[in-house]
Amino acid sequence: MAIRAEHEIHTRRKGRNIGVGLMLAAFVVLVMAITFAKVTSDDFQMPDATEMAN
Amino acid sequence: MADVGYSAPAKEYEAQLGDYFALLKPRVMSLVVFTALVGLLAAPVAVNPIIAFASILFVAIGAGASGALNMWWDADIDAVMRRTAKRPIPAGRVQPGEALNLGVALSGLSIMMLALTANLLAAALLAFTIFFYAIVYSMWLKRSTPQNIVIGGAAGAFPPVIGWVIATGSFSIEAWLMFALIFMWTPPHFWALALFMRSDYDDAGVPMLTVTHGRRTTRVHIVVYTVLLALLAVGTGFTSIGGPVYLAVAVVLNALFLKGAVEIWRRNEAQADADDYRVEKKFFRLSLWYLFAHFGVILLEAALRPFGLGGW
Repeated sequence: MAIRAEHEIHTRRKGRNIGVGLMLAAFVVLVMAITFAKVTSDDFQMPDATEMAN
Repeated sequence: MADVGYSAPAKEYEAQLGDYFALLKPRVMSLVVFTALVGLLAAPVAVNPIIAFASILFVAIGAGASGALNMWWDADIDAVMRRTAKRPIPAGRVQPGEALNLGVALSGLSIMMLALTANLLAAALLAFTIFFYAIVYSMWLKRSTPQNIVIGGAAGAFPPVIGWVIATGSFSIEAWLMFALIFMWTPPHFWALALFMRSDYDDAGVPMLTVTHGRRTTRVHIVVYTVLLALLAVGTGFTSIGGPVYLAVAVVLNALFLKGAVEIWRRNEAQADADDYRVEKKFFRLSLWYLFAHFGVILLEAALRPFGLGGW
């Protein structure tokens, strides 16, 4: 039997893989949004770079 | 080269995303989301909407993780019970090991992300909730005592406290009142289910009250717990999370709930069997609306407060 580029197992797993890919992308966007919300909040203090270096 | 007539092996079922999602007990997750959100919004501290959304999402994922762990542990009895035989593991759609891995991974992810998004106390409480449901309830209490869902019900009662802690960073009497409401609601809710599930729990060897002490005793317990719940629920109306709207709704709902509990108490098994447990099923359906309405009106009182209308 010739090896084909597309096997039926790829079709079965495609939906699942697309779903996982979308969830990972959404997670990345969510972490970016959380970071933005925290950094722009009133009670956020930028860490002192000189203190951290010492 | 000659073709030797290869025949493909029989296809094994590969779980789809929907199967993994079903492992998380979505209906339980929706209750967790709602009660945690009410806890967060009822707290007297404003939370950034993105932080609030993300925090509730991670609480939901944590709840789903504990559901997956429960399904992994209870796969043997789920296969026996009619109500649960179609769950992903007993139905053969998901392997037990997959459910365990998913539960552990999502537990770790949700706790870590809640700590980063909200605060350490909320994350610690979520971790304790997952531990309580997966270990204390599923692995210990459920198969060993008829008080299983009384004590184990605490797991379902933590979400509004977690929501409150997300907002304020600390506990309060108001958060624990919401905890108490769900805690006292859980036994009559599940015992009504156990009554009309008939021999399901018995067949699985789960020591539900219907199995260990009989159905008559269970009917008595339902009415006793409902009386205690009604006192607590109506009493909450006079506290800082209550108010006139809450009190009006609570009085009506608790009167209906008590009526249902008394009807259950007054019936015997022959009567219940004759009408296919109509009263017990009606009480169970009412219990779902009961919890939704109480938390909905707590949210309403909190929403009206900035306009000088909510509360006393």
